Amino acid sequence: MTRRLLTGNGAAAWGARLADVDYVPAFPITPQTEIIEQLGAWIDAGELPARMVTLESEHSMLTAAGAAAATGVRVFTATSSQGLLYAMEMLYTVAGWRAPFVLVNVSRALAAPVTLETDHNDVLAARDTGFLQLHCATCQEVLDSVLLAYRLAEHPRVRLPAIVNLDGFTLSFTREPVEIPEPAVVRRFLPGFDPQSVRFRASEPVSQAVAVLGGTPYSYFRYEMHRATEQAIAAFEEVAADFERATGRRHAALETHRMNDAEIAFVMLGSFATKAVDAVDRLRESGVRAGLVRPRLVRPWPAAALRESLAGVRGVAVVDQNLSMGKGGILHAELASTLYGVPDAPVLTSFIGGLGGRNIAPEEFFQMASVTREAAQTGQAPEPRLLFTAQELREVRRLQGIALAERHETTHSGAERSAP
Amino acid sequence: MSETIYRRMSDLPSTHLLGGGTAMCAGCGGLQALHQIYDVLGTKTVFVNAAGCMTLLSVYPFTPFRGSWLYTAMASAPAGAQGVRDALDILCDKGRLPRDEDLQVVTLTGDGAAYGMGLSATSGAIDRNLDFLYICYDNEGYGNTGQQSSPATPHGAHTATATGPAGHSGFKKDLFGIWVANRPAYVATVIGTEPLDLARKIEKAAKLSGPRLILALAPCPTGWDFDPQQAAEIGRLAVRTGIFPLKEYLDGRVVHTKVKRPRTPVEEYLRAQGRFQHLFEPERRQDVLDAIQARVDAYWEHWDPSH
Repeated sequence: MTRRLLTGNGAAAWGARLADVDYVPAFPITPQTEIIEQLGAWIDAGELPARMVTLESEHSMLTAAGAAAATGVRVFTATSSQGLLYAMEMLYTVAGWRAPFVLVNVSRALAAPVTLETDHNDVLAARDTGFLQLHCATCQEVLDSVLLAYRLAEHPRVRLPAIVNLDGFTLSFTREPVEIPEPAVVRRFLPGFDPQSVRFRASEPVSQAVAVLGGTPYSYFRYEMHRATEQAIAAFEEVAADFERATGRRHAALETHRMNDAEIAFVMLGSFATKAVDAVDRLRESGVRAGLVRPRLVRPWPAAALRESLAGVRGVAVVDQNLSMGKGGILHAELASTLYGVPDAPVLTSFIGGLGGRNIAPEEFFQMASVTREAAQTGQAPEPRLLFTAQELREVRRLQGIALAERHETTHSGAERSAP
Repeated sequence: MSETIYRRMSDLPSTHLLGGGTAMCAGCGGLQALHQIYDVLGTKTVFVNAAGCMTLLSVYPFTPFRGSWLYTAMASAPAGAQGVRDALDILCDKGRLPRDEDLQVVTLTGDGAAYGMGLSATSGAIDRNLDFLYICYDNEGYGNTGQQSSPATPHGAHTATATGPAGHSGFKKDLFGIWVANRPAYVATVIGTEPLDLARKIEKAAKLSGPRLILALAPCPTGWDFDPQQAAEIGRLAVRTGIFPLKEYLDGRVVHTKVKRPRTPVEEYLRAQGRFQHLFEPERRQDVLDAIQARVDAYWEHWDPSH
């Protein structure tokens, strides 16, 4: 085992390398590109016996990924944001092929307006595709999750592709110390790919992904996918236990921080949850019994584990780094449905923050804690809040002022030029 | 290139590999061509299909194919072929699949995918020099949805989205030319009513590696509005009038494999199909007919100036 400073992208590439992937269909997009560049460099240097092909779009990339997995090789691919959405038709399609492979998504907010920094509307748009989803908060977790994802995706009771999500910039370009397990250790944890019956060969002709007529066979196959995804809850526990035995690192479906006697809790996804870890520690110092629950597994949704870890908690602040227009936070809605009807369920408060990489400051966590404690006391949840400060509004007004001044100036000078 | 084994009609395969009883329409020119193509290609093939009429060949739990099949989506069948080809190569190279288990990768799409939505994926497959055979059954419209205008619809034809007196205002895209411009391994046009010409071209294509296109004109009784029993006659007229040139591209050269002299006036081909009836009734649109004939004449003048 070696310990090295790696970016989140570097850790993802190391995960693919250690998984001994056969095939890497690729297409560049910020902030993911470093992953495929690193894999390409290893392949060119003869350090990774894989084939990489740059497709002409993410839609084609996902098609090639699914088709290669359906032919019987271990496939790795990666994208971000607009790329994930461009491939959306194929995410649904290849998941239905029941050919396992791993897709790393480096989360980036969606256009419009176009931007580069992170939030989770991209990966949550893929929520219902049939891909499993693992969300990471550290670079170590990125490497480990790629390996976990292969085992989970290829599990005989699951057989579905998986997305491993990491946040653009905050993880993709941040260097952290990462333990790189020995290849022999990984091989014991993750043996070579067994395509089972999903493969092509001349002596065993097979028709894959054929059409169905009518709702009955359609429902049958979709229900099968749902059941297989549900099976992934137990399979994940099995896989995570094996991983812990192999590496000493435990990755449960939920990561919790100081939840033992927590009175209020934050629920968040991804690397921004590390900001909440700090806030929870400071709240504890000031006497507030706060905690944090971070779902690592988003599909399948660890409902039972969430109910268990939130039992006895009086108020839960759900911080969504996404926004469903006209509804609010997606994670909030997921958690509300999970806790509905549970006796003594906590009051849920909803906050939207971190869109397009916007920071969530410690004071905002304290404010959210205060709002949530009050809601727990009154039993009344306030309206969902969109985190935005007066200072930020002044900054936007300043930009608008510049835009208006520029427009005025160009219109004015244009008039001068056209004057006789 | 070795001599063809198909010198006369009696040399054509007598064993037919593609099963019957599929959901294709009676008189489907695409299915006619596919039967003949499959007989020559054989079953050591995997067909990577895009959304179109022929998606309905394999409907769970039935398939007419004795070889393999993968349905992808409308835009990306060539990318599916890329994934399958690459995976088979990897498996063979790494010793996980015996070479005799390898398959010929065949993309099968209609003109909507080949000329339009899938052209980007096709272009990518060509520039990556993908070793695959692309079969396009060209019925000159979005046939599976009721014959709306596609990038392959000929000028003047009535479609479900061009019902006015002038018919379709656009012009059929030159897909053959687009492929040839990129110097692929092989490009050929075929039609089911010229089985010997078709078999020789498939035989040739199957022996080559790299990107190869077989562009099959698919007379379509439902989309072109003619009686299914006229399908063979319309296919023959397409060749006799010169509106559908039978040709192939190989080693940097385009060769016409059937040159009819003299050519039958294109009007005979048009008159046989309901989709062109508005050019004859209620009044004869001589201007449009002349323009269509002029384009056919100009094509042959370019390729065969001596006649």
